[in-house]
Amino acid sequence: MTDMSNPPVSPIGQPLLRREDQRFLTGVGQYTDDVVMPRQTYAVFLRSPYAHARIKSINLTKANAAPGVVQIFVGADLAEAKVGGLPCGWLIHSKDGTPMKEPAHPVLAQGKVRHVGDQVAMVVAETALEAKDACELIEVDYEELTPVIDITKADGFGSAVHDEVTDNVCYDWGHGDKAAVDAAFAKAHHVTRLDFANNRLIPNAMEPRAANAMYTRHDESYTLYVSNQNPHVERLLMCAFVLGLPESKVRVIAPDVGGGFGSKIFLYAEETAMVWASKKVGRPIKWTAERSESFLTDAHGRDHSSTAELAMDAQGNFLALRVKTIANMGAYLSTFASSVPTILYATLLAGQYKTPAIYAEVKAVFTNTTPVDAYRGAGRPEATYLVERIVETAAREMKMDPAALRRQNFITQFPYATPVGLTYDTGDFNAHLDKGMAMADVAGFPARKAASAAKGKLRGIGYSCYIEACGLAPSNIAGALGARAGLFEAGEVRVHPTGTVTVFTGSHSHGQGHETTFAQIVAAKLGIPVENIEIVHGDTGRVPFGMGTYGSRSLSVGGTAIVKAVDKIIAKGKKIAAHLLEAADTDIEFENGEFRVAGTDKKVPFGTVSLTAYVPHNYPLDKLEPGLNENAFYDPTNFTYPAGTHICEVEVDPETGKTTVCSFIAVDDFGNIINPMIVSGQVHGGIAQGLGQAMMEGCSYDVESGQLLTGSFMDYTMPRADDLPNFVVDHTITPCTHNPLGVKGCGEAGAIGSPPAFMNALTDALGVRDIAMPATAERVWRAANQMA
Amino acid sequence: MSIPLQLTVNGKAVKTSVDSRTLLVQLIREELQLTGTHVGCDTAQCGACTVHMNGKAVKSCSILALQAQGAAVTTIEGLSTGDTMHPMQVAFRECHGLQCGFCTTGMVMSAVKLLEDKPQASEAEIREGLEGNICRCTGYQNIVKLIQHCQAGQSATANIAA
Repeated sequence: MTDMSNPPVSPIGQPLLRREDQRFLTGVGQYTDDVVMPRQTYAVFLRSPYAHARIKSINLTKANAAPGVVQIFVGADLAEAKVGGLPCGWLIHSKDGTPMKEPAHPVLAQGKVRHVGDQVAMVVAETALEAKDACELIEVDYEELTPVIDITKADGFGSAVHDEVTDNVCYDWGHGDKAAVDAAFAKAHHVTRLDFANNRLIPNAMEPRAANAMYTRHDESYTLYVSNQNPHVERLLMCAFVLGLPESKVRVIAPDVGGGFGSKIFLYAEETAMVWASKKVGRPIKWTAERSESFLTDAHGRDHSSTAELAMDAQGNFLALRVKTIANMGAYLSTFASSVPTILYATLLAGQYKTPAIYAEVKAVFTNTTPVDAYRGAGRPEATYLVERIVETAAREMKMDPAALRRQNFITQFPYATPVGLTYDTGDFNAHLDKGMAMADVAGFPARKAASAAKGKLRGIGYSCYIEACGLAPSNIAGALGARAGLFEAGEVRVHPTGTVTVFTGSHSHGQGHETTFAQIVAAKLGIPVENIEIVHGDTGRVPFGMGTYGSRSLSVGGTAIVKAVDKIIAKGKKIAAHLLEAADTDIEFENGEFRVAGTDKKVPFGTVSLTAYVPHNYPLDKLEPGLNENAFYDPTNFTYPAGTHICEVEVDPETGKTTVCSFIAVDDFGNIINPMIVSGQVHGGIAQGLGQAMMEGCSYDVESGQLLTGSFMDYTMPRADDLPNFVVDHTITPCTHNPLGVKGCGEAGAIGSPPAFMNALTDALGVRDIAMPATAERVWRAANQMA
Repeated sequence: MSIPLQLTVNGKAVKTSVDSRTLLVQLIREELQLTGTHVGCDTAQCGACTVHMNGKAVKSCSILALQAQGAAVTTIEGLSTGDTMHPMQVAFRECHGLQCGFCTTGMVMSAVKLLEDKPQASEAEIREGLEGNICRCTGYQNIVKLIQHCQAGQSATANIAA
């Protein structure tokens, strides 16, 4: 029994080192490709080399005869077995009330291929090498069709990605008050307009997607190992919408996962085909994507083309914002795709500002490219980029200081209901702007600029005052907005007789450190050592339910579910303690791991109560069940709203176009902070991805052929250690008002706030109105030397 | 066709035969079942497959197993001494130099060699020296910091949260 006479410092707020590190550092993590099953077979997918083509015939004769081949599957096999298509989880309606177009998303191509990489056949063989060799023997007769690539031309292009969607428009959605916006523009003193793109990105988690599927005859069940962020969602989608299997017969395990950033949320064709085929083949089937395969088939991110207009009065008060966006869905609707440029985008167009009238129109189009879906930030980086670039541009046009213009338009009263549907619960935007400006030494910028100029360099400074909505989501609001699922979270807390605790969480950790941070929360509430708490995640066979990790939701939603389960444990513990201490239930207090009769020093430690629960000899069996095991489901009442100020300073060499980030300050308000070390890590990583988008990452397709030009790390520039500076990170805190932890989430903020900070700094340095992302050396050189 | 191959991995003799196309990383992961070395790309850029071969940090995805004939190879599993982690491994943990862990084993192997080759490396040289290892999670900042802590011979427990 632990001596509780000197209670430990609460672990909340402590930079506890991570327990998951041990296995990662010594090479004994278990990622999906590390899993090999007895009688393992290997799958390789034959993929379309064309962006758009009809499949006239597929001849498997030679391939079937190849050495080591076990079985080959094509779309017709799944159609015959009545396997469904991959579903989209969010129903958006167009302005005219019609539901979005949902063309079929077959698991293996049926009749047509619609992007380079579209899966045509799955070859299962004794070894991966034999499967690959057999793939090359499959003869497919394609009739090439004209690909639709440019999103600004997709509507009415003359070639339809899906035969039944002749104009390639998935939906044409509107949000906000058009009449109020038009009226405000009519009397505006000044209108700033910006046309720009939000560049398409490839998530490139370092672990490529992988899966291993097996069927067990004795209980007719399936087990799927898959590199995924939300195993219960994966199971639900696969069972209910595609394979028609009872969920109780499918176990999905997402073991160690090497990054996701959204790309591993979705139900993909590969694991679905493998689960289905594992019964036919009667042996486990294993597949791991090669990186160039990942490039072609992991859902891509962003890819908007927008026009934004900001109307202001003569004093610089924002009157209205009008936005028109074309968003790329890619060839098929991926799981969340429809919600990203609508619900997760337009609702953030108020930013930190009091703009009274906002109207956004979003047209989502199909193209013959890889499907596009959520990627770190999912809609909020696109919104923040638009707002912060147009506000900065407006400041320059109005010849007002960019910080001052922002301040004068800041929301200062909370809760605040924006004109785009969200109510910010709390915040203090001036606080992080003040702190950021001090840390960035804005006052000293003119001198630094002059010093750069003396060396022939151009220097600029840029702001990004961002707010985002995460902690997805209140289920009723999400449902009203078109979500086809709930977005609550679940947690089960199982106390063992000797007082150790296992927590089963529906959240998944693929880098976020939940095994450490969730243990900190439980340790703090129960007053027991962190070492006595185990966090289990990622296995539908062990964790009752969950909606998974994305949208910066794990702490606020998953953490709160755990808190509520712990509250139930404590409530039951009080009753047990009351019996042991011969007091009334209501007289028992719980603090620092001890149950005590209020006002006395009669107490029992947590360990005694837990043992009693499982050895109920001295126990109120007439009123209370034995055991100490509780679960809770938590549906949040609002989104959470992290916000902050990022200030970036860059120096450009006009002779080479090389841009150096001299400093990057991030002051974020994430509400209460559980582990500052982990939070800073999330911010660093998010900023790195945001700067990647702004400086170097550009996914590009050839317009004529639809070939992916940036198909490997050779052509798609990932940020490396020598591309980035040290970031200076700090916080302000206004605790979230609607969850017991007071937390807002921090996983995506870095990627949301940073691109406009960088681009505002770069355009300042160059003295240009706008420059496209990614701001490669070539683009910067051309702008610096006025050669468009 | 299977060709005989002999090498030492983590101090143990390995005697086997391989198809000529087998990459060193495949030998390590599939035949030897040392799955700490990872495959993250197919263009030899990400560095997740980094091991030490005959004293150098190399990308095992770009070396045929047969090229390691007679070589001494160390993988992440061979970096610790019994239950004692290498100071670089300790530093990664103490400075929060990893999140998802997938690039980590290659990063550790590269970092160890970086400091062996350039014990006085400046921050710029450290960053340049890590060019061959891509991380998508950390933004590299803590990795650079922990390498500097190793240089200074410090226990790397200070200032993690900054």
